[in-house]
Amino acid sequence: MLQLQNLRASVNDKSILNGLNLNIKAGEVHAIMGPNGSGKSTLANILSGKNGYEVTGNLKYEGKNLQDIPIEERAQKGIFLAFQYPLEIPGVNTTNFLKTSLNTIRKAKGQKELDTLSLLKLIKDKASELNIDEKFLSRQLNVGFSGGEKKKNEILQMKLLEPKLAILDETDSGLDIDALRIVADGVNSHKNENNAFLIITHYQRLLDYIKPDFIHVLSNGKIVKTGCADLGQELEKTGYENFK
Amino acid sequence: MKSGELKYQDYKYGFTTDIENIKAPKGLSEETIKFISKIKNEPKWMLDWRLKAFNRLKVIKEPNWQKPKYPKIDYQDLYYYSAPKSMKDKPKSLDEVDPKLIETYNKLGIPLNEQKKLSGVAVDAVFDSVSVATTFKGELDKKGIIFCPISEAIQKHPDLVRKYLGSVIPITDHYFATLNSAVFTDGSFVYIPPNTRCPMELSTYFRINASETGQFERTLIIADKGSYVSYLEGCTAPMRDENQLHAANVELVALDDAEIKYSTVQNWYPGDKDGVGGIYNFVTKRGACRGKNSKISWTQVETGSAITWKYPSCILQGDNSVGEFYSIAITNNYQKADTGTKMIHLGKNTKSKIISKGISAGKADNTYRGLVDINSKAFNSRNYTQCDSLLMGNKCGAHTVPYIKNKNSSSTVEHEATTSKINEDQLFYCNQRGLNQEEAVSLIVNGFCKEVLQQLPMEFAVEAQKLVSISLEGSVG
Repeated sequence: MLQLQNLRASVNDKSILNGLNLNIKAGEVHAIMGPNGSGKSTLANILSGKNGYEVTGNLKYEGKNLQDIPIEERAQKGIFLAFQYPLEIPGVNTTNFLKTSLNTIRKAKGQKELDTLSLLKLIKDKASELNIDEKFLSRQLNVGFSGGEKKKNEILQMKLLEPKLAILDETDSGLDIDALRIVADGVNSHKNENNAFLIITHYQRLLDYIKPDFIHVLSNGKIVKTGCADLGQELEKTGYENFK
Repeated sequence: MKSGELKYQDYKYGFTTDIENIKAPKGLSEETIKFISKIKNEPKWMLDWRLKAFNRLKVIKEPNWQKPKYPKIDYQDLYYYSAPKSMKDKPKSLDEVDPKLIETYNKLGIPLNEQKKLSGVAVDAVFDSVSVATTFKGELDKKGIIFCPISEAIQKHPDLVRKYLGSVIPITDHYFATLNSAVFTDGSFVYIPPNTRCPMELSTYFRINASETGQFERTLIIADKGSYVSYLEGCTAPMRDENQLHAANVELVALDDAEIKYSTVQNWYPGDKDGVGGIYNFVTKRGACRGKNSKISWTQVETGSAITWKYPSCILQGDNSVGEFYSIAITNNYQKADTGTKMIHLGKNTKSKIISKGISAGKADNTYRGLVDINSKAFNSRNYTQCDSLLMGNKCGAHTVPYIKNKNSSSTVEHEATTSKINEDQLFYCNQRGLNQEEAVSLIVNGFCKEVLQQLPMEFAVEAQKLVSISLEGSVG
């Protein structure tokens, strides 16, 4: 699904990623761990297409050159980023935003747009699975939401949009234990053999709930170690010191 | 994706109707004024009123304190009256109206004929200097509501016109108001009788068609005791390289317990993307809350015109009266706007609320200018003002110039202002959810304007939302 070869990225001549290689196949869950400043969020931004980076390397998504695909088309083709800091958009109703986004993506996929009634039902069902209060759907998008509510809203969007490649950028930070479990359940229920996850996190605790197939340690813009689920526990004990 | 690659959206209403016109002699003179008065078959008092204004005009000068400057207007090089020849014989019904005129309004999305007319909205269609047709007249008549061209009201309802015309905007007010008083051509007249709720939206659609012609619209709305009316005006004009002047006067009078809601969707031709052509929209709008517990609410969506210069205002005379001003002013390319309101608190317990949203893109300049004046006798009065500016790109400007005078210690005035740039991260967030650049901008800007958009009558809110998006297409680079 996703192949990254020798990915290098810099901002204003400061290099952040220095030859990163990563292969993700459908049905897999990958976790990226690493200390602050190792380039984790940069990787998420580049995969979703954020402007402002000088990028080189051979990046392929479903066989196509990723760099040639505009941001919104990446989203339409199934790349989803759960933001570390979801943006507030004043005046925009949350339900309306979900509706617009879902129907735009359905249209791009060649699916029929959903009418308002079925949409509302779908949104309400998914929201209740995540234990999201209905009232919050009529509020302005992310405005005045707590950190946990914002993160749940990201997972709600993921469940609605049904992406092929979901990138979770530190979705666990700022969540209490209950919210963490709900978010993890959201991810686990969405997981199947046709989609893949890239989970970016500092901590092992999210990985207690979502079992990754691979854990990669990112340091100084490179993957310095790849292992299976046990690697997370090891890191929790020893820290990142050994990998710097 | 490079958002700068977006195409500039052409002005959808820029066509011209090819039609034979009757025009007044070129230039501003006593002859011109007599010509207008005669062709409209006006009584002598009206002509005298116009001439009084004209004499005043000779001794006063154009104001020049506004931010947007413009080249000197040659008032002798303008036509002050232009009307389709076919309108001279005063068509009795729509069947007698030139089909070209009907077609023009169809193209503008304002069907006038009985079968297709907008449901729930009575329309007065003004083409250059005359009213072409007014719909739903019969139904309004039954309730005693008068909704007709002002030229007709001068003849049929002279007592009402004489009593109220110029009572809110005196003919000596300022240059453009005085000019309008001398040469005004057509516009709408509304009278709502006591304790009557107008059962539908009243609406006037102004169309400038002829070239080298100024449009001098005059509208007068009177809401008698305990009545309610919601009125909306829309405006468009052809695309031309010349700048055309639109100098309107709008007067509102609300008596005891009456309410007037006045909405404007102004989409005059804004000029091209290099700033050539476009309308000078120099308008005087003022409402008097004359009776106790009366209310006047202005809502404006200003997206067109090369220069917009207007301050729809409220004079809160009656005790407990309420004035509101909700405004969206969008300037793109080389457009300029200097707009806001004046809230004059005279009565006790008067309240006013000002919500202004200014959006600047391209090389445009947008100024909010407003006055809140609380008189020494306006005990326990309150004002709340909120001015938000949104900038798109780094070549545009936003300015806020609030004047606050509070001469009464029991009264309070609040002012809040923000200026922000459209946020790249918000755009990225929307793009990441599948929306393209234009959809994302439209979503964010409509969110920014929401408090004002939701004040519009439902029939027009959707159109206004689209207009907001279209006005900004190609503006994020």
